[in-house]
Amino acid sequence: MVESAIAEKFATTKFAWSEFRDQKRVVVPAERLWDLLKFCCTELKFNQLTDLTAVDHLETPDATDRFEVVYFLLEVESGKRLQISTFINEPDLVLPTATNIWSGADWLERECYDMFGVVFKGHPNFKRLLLPQEFASFPLRKDYPQQGRGERHNFPVITRAEG
Amino acid sequence: MASKVNKQLGDNFFLTRLDAAASWARANSLWPMPFATACCGIELMSASASKHDLSRFGSEVMRFSPRQCDLLIVAGRVVMKMLPVMQRIWLQMPEPKWCISMGACACSGGVFDTYAVVQGIDRFIPVDMYIPGCPPRPEQLIRGIIDLQEKIMQSGTYNAREFRSRDNPEGPGRFDEGELLRIRERNTLDLQEPDYDPVH
Repeated sequence: MVESAIAEKFATTKFAWSEFRDQKRVVVPAERLWDLLKFCCTELKFNQLTDLTAVDHLETPDATDRFEVVYFLLEVESGKRLQISTFINEPDLVLPTATNIWSGADWLERECYDMFGVVFKGHPNFKRLLLPQEFASFPLRKDYPQQGRGERHNFPVITRAEG
Repeated sequence: MASKVNKQLGDNFFLTRLDAAASWARANSLWPMPFATACCGIELMSASASKHDLSRFGSEVMRFSPRQCDLLIVAGRVVMKMLPVMQRIWLQMPEPKWCISMGACACSGGVFDTYAVVQGIDRFIPVDMYIPGCPPRPEQLIRGIIDLQEKIMQSGTYNAREFRSRDNPEGPGRFDEGELLRIRERNTLDLQEPDYDPVH
């Protein structure tokens, strides 16, 4: 039902549908993402964005795109769920914000930027959520070393005499 | 001379050095500043609660303002976002003051060898007493405080002049990025970049 409604509305767009244990997943091109999210919220009544995150496919074998941004939607009344994915690549890591559809996307998008460096255009208060503002890298990317690049040692040392 | 005075005045007073008197008073009225960030903080609370009763040893007056404290107890891991806060709290505490690093995470980062967790607070602030354990039991904390009291009584001075000479960083230094490459060069090993970043 969801599938046919989306196909009817976006007749010219090509979607890739898949299903795993009754959980539907749809891959959408980045330029139609916002329209699809809006349609899911207003027409299909997916009234909650349960999660928004990204996956770095750097080490995935036979992956063609680097970043997959994932939206998990929930229709609270019936418990129906939908996963929407879109693929983006460097250097153009920009997506439209979903804060004007679900205001709960606010912190999720900021965290996604914090960890992966995906920029959400139109976000009202776009800055890092968890890490310090001066932090220069995106730690959940696969090419970031687990021990970091020395950020945790970049502080002044207080000696006993001056303390 | 002391015996002469004692003969005249009995046990009504005793003679000592000013340093010893000041240190005796300070050691037995430590005011801890709890900097509890993880499970060690629960043990710290338990140590001052009725079962273990830290007040038997004269250091139960936890205050949450650094201005009123003279013992910083860092209990738990400190992340890079929290470290400037901790340093500021340390600088706000009035002299003389001491610092206890409680638990494996505060001492060395523990199992959390990741980009955000500081690998031992002694890299950035001076530490007087390390308490091992993950988390240490309240008994261990009490033992650490008793040992610290002993240290204060042995080395304390009334104007805290014993701290003046400690003007070098006392913790392990920052890992030198070029060091690994220089060692490899000296031993004519493979000069390729290591898989991980050596700065940690």
